[in-house]
Amino acid sequence: MEGLRRHKSMFLLPGLLTLALIIIFPLLFTIRVSFSGWNVSSPQMDFIGGANYATMLDDSRFWASIMRLALLAGGTVLIQYVIGFGMALLVWREARGRRLWRVLFLVPMMTTPVVMAAIWQMIFHESLGPVNDLLGMLGLTKVPWLTESGPALVALMTVEVWQWTPFMFLLLLAGLLSLPKEPFMAAAIDGADAWRTFRKVTFPLMAPVSVAAIIIRLIEASKLSDSVYVLTSGGPGSSTETPGYYLYIQGLRDQQTGYSGAMSLTYLVLMIVTLTIVAALLARAFKLKGDS
Amino acid sequence: MRSRLYPVFKYTVIALWACFVAGPFFWAMTTSFKDANGVQGGATYLPWLQYEPTVTGWRNIFGGAGGVDVMQPFVNSAVVTIAASAISLVLGSLAAYALSRYRFKFGFIKNSDIVFFFVSQRIMPPVVLVIPFFYLLQWTGLLDSILGLVIVTVALLLPIAVWVMVDFFNGIPREIDEMAMLDGCGPFQTFVRAILPNSLPGLTVAAMFCVVFGWNDFFFAFRLTFTEVQTLPQAVVALNSSIPPWWTLSAAALFGVAPLILLALRVERYLSKGNLSGAVR
Repeated sequence: MEGLRRHKSMFLLPGLLTLALIIIFPLLFTIRVSFSGWNVSSPQMDFIGGANYATMLDDSRFWASIMRLALLAGGTVLIQYVIGFGMALLVWREARGRRLWRVLFLVPMMTTPVVMAAIWQMIFHESLGPVNDLLGMLGLTKVPWLTESGPALVALMTVEVWQWTPFMFLLLLAGLLSLPKEPFMAAAIDGADAWRTFRKVTFPLMAPVSVAAIIIRLIEASKLSDSVYVLTSGGPGSSTETPGYYLYIQGLRDQQTGYSGAMSLTYLVLMIVTLTIVAALLARAFKLKGDS
Repeated sequence: MRSRLYPVFKYTVIALWACFVAGPFFWAMTTSFKDANGVQGGATYLPWLQYEPTVTGWRNIFGGAGGVDVMQPFVNSAVVTIAASAISLVLGSLAAYALSRYRFKFGFIKNSDIVFFFVSQRIMPPVVLVIPFFYLLQWTGLLDSILGLVIVTVALLLPIAVWVMVDFFNGIPREIDEMAMLDGCGPFQTFVRAILPNSLPGLTVAAMFCVVFGWNDFFFAFRLTFTEVQTLPQAVVALNSSIPPWWTLSAAALFGVAPLILLALRVERYLSKGNLSGAVR
């Protein structure tokens, strides 16, 4: 192995340098721009101090979008975890048809989110879509899914659950399938019933996979913006806007480049801080320390 | 211990979920065979019984009169996805091999920190990256070009490739490397002749993730390309409006997701036990 030491950097550096450029340039650029008054009428990187950040503190639309994102991401990931884990538990001992389950659960997560959002937009159409048609068959009144704030959020969450529950299912099923057999035999010998076995054996053994799956999904969910763009365009009003979508409007559509830079950095920092705290809390809640 | 009703419960739950999963595809499929009359008739599901099927939608996306072009966007998407995935897999597996086999120390930075640096890119929301990328590409004259889009897509895919491959290489015994070296292979030969042939399952999973994320990217393509280079998701979203030419939209949408569904059916068996749970850690 000795002769290789000189070569090890040759393997690593191409990828590392590519990524460093890709991350560091945008970060430096965004930091610099966030202290400038660059906008649609004065496209230059002057220095205006923290004025953008001061504006941002008063921008209730931005803070509302952050809170909405927290609700949407937290809510949908929780639903995905519960349904995904439940389904995985239902099928993991099933030898027959496992391939069918996998295919069934693989397809939604592989399909293009914006394209599926376009299909969902037809499905939630107030007068021509099948959702209201089915509600009508059940004798319920039609719901203005995409034009009223409450239902629009429900529609958005439905799309997210549809698309990403399979991801939870596949990770958790993989986790269940790689569990050791012995603890379950011991529980059976002790005469533990199904619920007790789940609570004392399955759930603790699944803690590492659970935490990893939840964190990965939270990271991806915290970027939510594409399906908002297609499904509701942030509307009605700004009631379904997420930070990603609001930043797109400010920075790219209205070209408030400096201001959107300030919000970008704030969004990124808030995300990293929140996710770190959530990860620590989850690890503690699942008692992820050594003994797992 | 389990009641006799358990199987009934189980298959009911699974059947309900299957309907929920298949619903949007079924809706898009039936809608793609409608025309204005079929759509205006409200929510209908059964061709021949509730509406007269036509192929207008499918003709519109394959060069019918007054239709849209999906073939050029399809080719653009395919070129960008394949090129970016290939670059990411090459750079990513080289870096992952180094990180798996050698110790790096730059001051207090260790191997795990370097892996974390790669993966941390996934935390960056696209909207934070896209404005700097816009000006970077504008300055270099690559805005609205295939090459520009390939470069930024590599940014999305490289972390995924490194992440999956580091974990996979860690699972390959070091004896394989040592054997190859005893046979007189240099480092690159060892990697190409001994390691890569043993890495097909890992490479398959990494390639699948790269292709899915690359094909599904909308935001970068949406902001960094405009006219000449339009990708398939852009073409489909451009058809999306509240006034329905729903038959064309449905046909284009199904055409757009079909490659990934076919891919899912092909690679499903690689996503067994170890691979996916290994990719989590």
